[in-house]
Amino acid sequence: MAAGNATAPPIVRVRDLTVGFGAKNVLEGVSLDVRPREILGVVGGSGSGKSVLMRTIIGLLPKRAGSVELFGHDVDRLDAAELRLVERRFGVLFQHGALFSSLTVMENIQFQMREVLDLSQRLLDEIAVAKLEMVGLSAADGRKWPAELSGGMTKRAAMARALALDPEFVFLDEPTSGLDPISAGEVDDMIATLQATLGLTVFMVTHDLESLRTVCDRIVVIADGGIVADGTMADMARHQHPWVKSYFRGRRGEAFVAPAGRK
Amino acid sequence: MAAADLAGSDTLLTFAVSRGRLLARARGDWTCQNARELEAGLARLAHASRQSPRVSIDMSGVTAFDTFGAWLVERLRRDIAAAGGKLAVAGISAVNRALLDEMAAVSHREPPAPPAGPRFALPDTVGALAALRGDAAAFLVMAGALVEASARAIRRPRSFRLTSTVHQFDRVAWQAVPIILMITFLIGAIIAQQGFFQFRRFGADLYVVNMIGFLIMREIGVLLVAIMVAGRTGSSYTAELGSMKMREEIDALKTMGFDPVEILILPRVLVIVLALPALTFIGSMAALFGAGLVAVFYAGMSPDLYISQLREAISLDHFKVGLIKAPFIGAVIGIIACAEGLKVRGSAASLGEHTTTSVVKSIFMIIVLDGLFALFFSGIGM
Ligand SMILES: Nc1ncnc2c1ncn2[C@@H]1O[C@H](COP(=O)(O)OP(=O)(O)OP(=O)(O)O)[C@@H](O)[C@H]1O
Ligand SMILES: [Mg+2]
Repeated sequence: MAAGNATAPPIVRVRDLTVGFGAKNVLEGVSLDVRPREILGVVGGSGSGKSVLMRTIIGLLPKRAGSVELFGHDVDRLDAAELRLVERRFGVLFQHGALFSSLTVMENIQFQMREVLDLSQRLLDEIAVAKLEMVGLSAADGRKWPAELSGGMTKRAAMARALALDPEFVFLDEPTSGLDPISAGEVDDMIATLQATLGLTVFMVTHDLESLRTVCDRIVVIADGGIVADGTMADMARHQHPWVKSYFRGRRGEAFVAPAGRK
Repeated sequence: MAAADLAGSDTLLTFAVSRGRLLARARGDWTCQNARELEAGLARLAHASRQSPRVSIDMSGVTAFDTFGAWLVERLRRDIAAAGGKLAVAGISAVNRALLDEMAAVSHREPPAPPAGPRFALPDTVGALAALRGDAAAFLVMAGALVEASARAIRRPRSFRLTSTVHQFDRVAWQAVPIILMITFLIGAIIAQQGFFQFRRFGADLYVVNMIGFLIMREIGVLLVAIMVAGRTGSSYTAELGSMKMREEIDALKTMGFDPVEILILPRVLVIVLALPALTFIGSMAALFGAGLVAVFYAGMSPDLYISQLREAISLDHFKVGLIKAPFIGAVIGIIACAEGLKVRGSAASLGEHTTTSVVKSIFMIIVLDGLFALFFSGIGM
């Protein structure tokens, strides 16, 4: 597993970020770096603001304070065209898939390729099938409509779409939720392979302790509107924050942390 | 590399034959941005490999490699293997090799079907007529379910959704009043103007008022209002129920032991049945008012003359004919809109399609029903 490169400039640089709805701030003063080629796992309780953090970095939610830099560009200083170029460099897997319901799975995967690249139809089809197989679907699934997929298949298809352009950086919101443990393991393997081969950087929101243990280089924990812990799985095992303690050393977490010291 | 630019002279790919082997050299970014050139270059290489099937490609000059590049190399390997040759890949980094292996695992056993492009067929009239039978069945099923649900609601009045009904009535009837007033007023005025303009030549000014009177009371009022309501309310019913269907909200209702017909559809249909006569009455009055303004200011008739002539022309029967039709037409609009909403499947396109169908079908049925009523009323001499 390639550890994050600590000296290179970060791919994402978040400083003092505050995001809220109405009178309440969901995140307050969050600072975070995502370093090139690392797989960052983001954990936190339901409703703690993981998806909100991800959506704010992507630019889907307005921030109340702070700054977000992507690939070294402050997103507030970019004009629309520059922003679009930056946006093409990352892929996003939304928590609920967000596949285009009026396109087949195959067309969903090809959508951005068709727009951005000049490719022959044959190559488009072949690459789309390759992406489908990489996430564990078949060409036959590619002909289906999103409404005809199971929950886990939707996740995989959305993953294939997020990876369509071979981005340098992907945001994954719960890539393994709704998958059986074996498929979840395959997705983890795939993320690790892509990281190794494409030098992918991954920002992964997850609740899956197994993913955290096997693929994540670094873990940040979001609680109480901020980042309360930042480190490796071994660091988490020693951490004193009550939520971190019960998450990693609770009944579910024990099995993962106990044989640690390794990771 | 004696004849390096013999066949391919790209910056990305060069190849030449040397001692019975086809030697290729890859350079630069083998990534999606260059996929088009790479595909063309590799096609030339594959073509050249027909002559010398032992090919080796040196990847040491590749600066960037992604799935697109890897797939193209894999495709080349397959093409050459299919022709009985062999491709040796040399000078590739371990990381890129792993990606290439990933691509080798892609089966491509079933070629993907070409995506069905948009079909530009002539509208299929015969098919549409055949589909009408299915629609009639769906309509009757929905009407039956509604009767059953209303019977239940009458037996247990407490189960009736009063709040929802009042809310719908506000949306469907009250908020539609301004636009209905405006449209019927204008149409009334236009019909009057055309009538006076055409009939003045025959000195039949006075009879224009008769024509306006019974045309508006019997036909125009109710038809205009029905078409407006089909477009305004029918479509929104279909879209609402359709998106609830898409998000499995209707399934959730069912599993909780509720009847979606009773909860969602009965209040909606009931509201439209009540709203249509009320809107028809308001609309007809506005049309008569518009026609009256034209009679006074354009045709120079005195207001008293217009009103007395109108009174003579319109009997209670004309008035009744319009109002009796309204609730039936309302029921048809409501039932069609709800039935279409429940037919929506998964996609956003399906939602749009059924919303359109709902409006088109409603308007068609409004006209058919109006024709049937015309036969009926003349049969009973109204
Ligand atoms: N558009 C919105 N408007 C108002 N509040 C919102 C909105 N989106 C999120 N929130 C609130 O922000 C908080 C954080 O939500 P978020 O979706 O980030 O949770 P999460 O950490 O991703 O949880 P989960 O693990 O369940 O996905 C929640 O309290 C949620 O109600
Ligand atoms: Mg979330």
